[in-house]
Amino acid sequence: MGVKLLFKVEPRPVPLKKMRYLSPLIAAVMMLFSGLIIFSMLGKNPAIAFHAFFIEPVNDFYGLGELIIKASPLMLIGVGLAIGFRANIWNIGAEGQLAMGAVFGGGIALYFNESTSGFVLPAMFIAGAVGGMLWASIPAFLKTRFNANEILVSLMLNYVAILFLSLLIHGPWKDPQGYGFPQSILFSDSALLPVLIEGTRLHAGVIISFAAIGVGWIFLLRSFLGYQLQVSGLAINAASYAGFKYKKMIWIGLLAGGLAAGLAGVSEIAGPIGQLLPSVSPGYGFAAIIVAYVGRLHPGGIFLSSLLMALLYLGGESGQMNLDLPSAVTGIFQGMLLFYLLAADFLINFRFRWKSIPLRQGI
Amino acid sequence: MKESRLIKTVLFISVMAFIVAGFAFPVSAKGKLKVGFVYVSPIGDAGWTFQHDLGRIALEKNLGDNVATKYIENVPEGAEAERVIRDLAKSGHDLIFTTSFGYMNPTLKVAKLFPKKMFEHSTGYKRSKNVGTYMCRFYEGRYLTGIIAGKMTKSNTLGYVAAFPIPEVIRGINAFTLGAKSVNPDIKVKVIWINSWFDPGKEREASEALIDQGVDIVTHHTDSTAPTMTAEEKGVFAIAYHSDMSKYGANAHLTATTHVWDKYYTKVAKDVLSGTWKSEAVWGGIKEGMIKLAPISKKVPADVVALVKKTEKMISDGSFHPFHGPVKSQDGKVVVEPGKSLTDQDLLNMNYYVEGVLGNIPH
Repeated sequence: MGVKLLFKVEPRPVPLKKMRYLSPLIAAVMMLFSGLIIFSMLGKNPAIAFHAFFIEPVNDFYGLGELIIKASPLMLIGVGLAIGFRANIWNIGAEGQLAMGAVFGGGIALYFNESTSGFVLPAMFIAGAVGGMLWASIPAFLKTRFNANEILVSLMLNYVAILFLSLLIHGPWKDPQGYGFPQSILFSDSALLPVLIEGTRLHAGVIISFAAIGVGWIFLLRSFLGYQLQVSGLAINAASYAGFKYKKMIWIGLLAGGLAAGLAGVSEIAGPIGQLLPSVSPGYGFAAIIVAYVGRLHPGGIFLSSLLMALLYLGGESGQMNLDLPSAVTGIFQGMLLFYLLAADFLINFRFRWKSIPLRQGI
Repeated sequence: MKESRLIKTVLFISVMAFIVAGFAFPVSAKGKLKVGFVYVSPIGDAGWTFQHDLGRIALEKNLGDNVATKYIENVPEGAEAERVIRDLAKSGHDLIFTTSFGYMNPTLKVAKLFPKKMFEHSTGYKRSKNVGTYMCRFYEGRYLTGIIAGKMTKSNTLGYVAAFPIPEVIRGINAFTLGAKSVNPDIKVKVIWINSWFDPGKEREASEALIDQGVDIVTHHTDSTAPTMTAEEKGVFAIAYHSDMSKYGANAHLTATTHVWDKYYTKVAKDVLSGTWKSEAVWGGIKEGMIKLAPISKKVPADVVALVKKTEKMISDGSFHPFHGPVKSQDGKVVVEPGKSLTDQDLLNMNYYVEGVLGNIPH
């Protein structure tokens, strides 16, 4: 009589809470190990490749500054989106809300181009925040009024916003001295964020992102409204029984994302870009969705995951420069991170149990 | 109990993984001229970036041990580009080619920080002491392909898939139209703008729409092979751009206006090696070998090929200019007086269609 070792998947009686925080770490480690295999298959020494990918980009002051610049819009938008995601409000439109923030903020910068007033920058940020929130209010209105799916509406509005920005830059906001190329004039100094540390590109916009982490933490974990959002996300019926207004949650969830994305848009154009271009973001609004998830919708986690995502971008460039790795490696790493995270999340609610099953005798 | 062991194990593995990743392996450099290239898209197997990479490979082949080249592909325009260009300069690349219009301001910013390094920016118009610009007179090739199209069409209607309504693209449309009208006065050219440099899906849709409207030759100022492939499927002709795309349309492909950077890149690197490089605005065409027609299809009659070759020679020796008067704009106004040719300044600012192009330039 033989014994066959089998495992069985069974739901955990109680979700394993610690797994919620372990699974991003497991995912990161699994990503690194898979990277080991990929680098070996590409014929690169994995140790050198890891060094090029994860150490080289941040081994000096400038590199660290770049890491924070890159992470800054991701953490800002990530926190904004997490507020909605916690209440099951799916704002996929941050990329468009970012573009609208850039349109509104950039409009101020272009209109007050001659001004040397210190109020130009604050006005740009206020306008950008309004622009992002206006754009996010469209899916919020359609959802609360007509129950239109906010995922579809916000997703489609991305394209509208990006094309609107493009229209302005091909038309009225085009630099007249620019030989017809689609770009605005360069902003004057009063519309540019000051550089914080000499010799880097680290600009004052990152302060907003760090502040967002703090504000997000207080709002989500220490305020009654944050609690209401979370309950609405976990159990909508319980929330309505407790008298929480779901429509209010929808508005807050979407506007928070729009606000953050709008500010991020202004930060980009007033920071590293310094003018309006047809594309002001290399997909921060979409990458921030991954960031929010890997960060467990928790501001502290989002802070860490935005740094990790930023490092993957920088590492991809460094890998190309030092080792001739193809640029697709970055995408593979990002994809693996999310893939392993989803796989590891399975262990929050389920577990494997090894079982010895006696083999049946005879036929 | 079990959970804390799980946490410990995961933590241990992560620490080990990062230690392994942290090994330092410096990459050593020899006494070669290091040349860096920044590409806006993946190299792929046809298109704008592909042609630049052919130039890079030729440079390596021609100068052998004297140079070492490095490319970074898929670098977004704007804020991202600045970091990549800076990293190339910092890592000892003395000559850096930035090959997309959107790299203009980032290139100038980095060049200011590295006054001893030399930069060459393609398609831009801003220069400085250590930033030169280079571009090709592809409109010369466009005129020649226009002659072929004008002779080969049966419906007298040609289709043009265009990226952005900027002078560079408009110039190509006009040159193509003038070439076609020089042999066939009844020519009409239909243009579809897709607002993207590279979007195979949109390029295909635009090509299909043009063919449905009675166009029997499709050409394009976009980056993918989609127009050629669509023409092949629909049984009409195609004239490709950037690269020889004949393998994507064995029957459809008549010829292509190709960019050839081989000689130019080699010359610039030689100048840098001999210390004679200086910042210039280079605008080369057929004469300089920057523009070549891909092998002309056997379907084109010998007399047409002979006419093309003759015109090519005349453009090369300066006895013929594609924009020689009289040229009328779409509304019948004379834009080039008889006996005169457009100046480079006029070419760079072109913002009107010539007679024969249908529709309006979007603003």
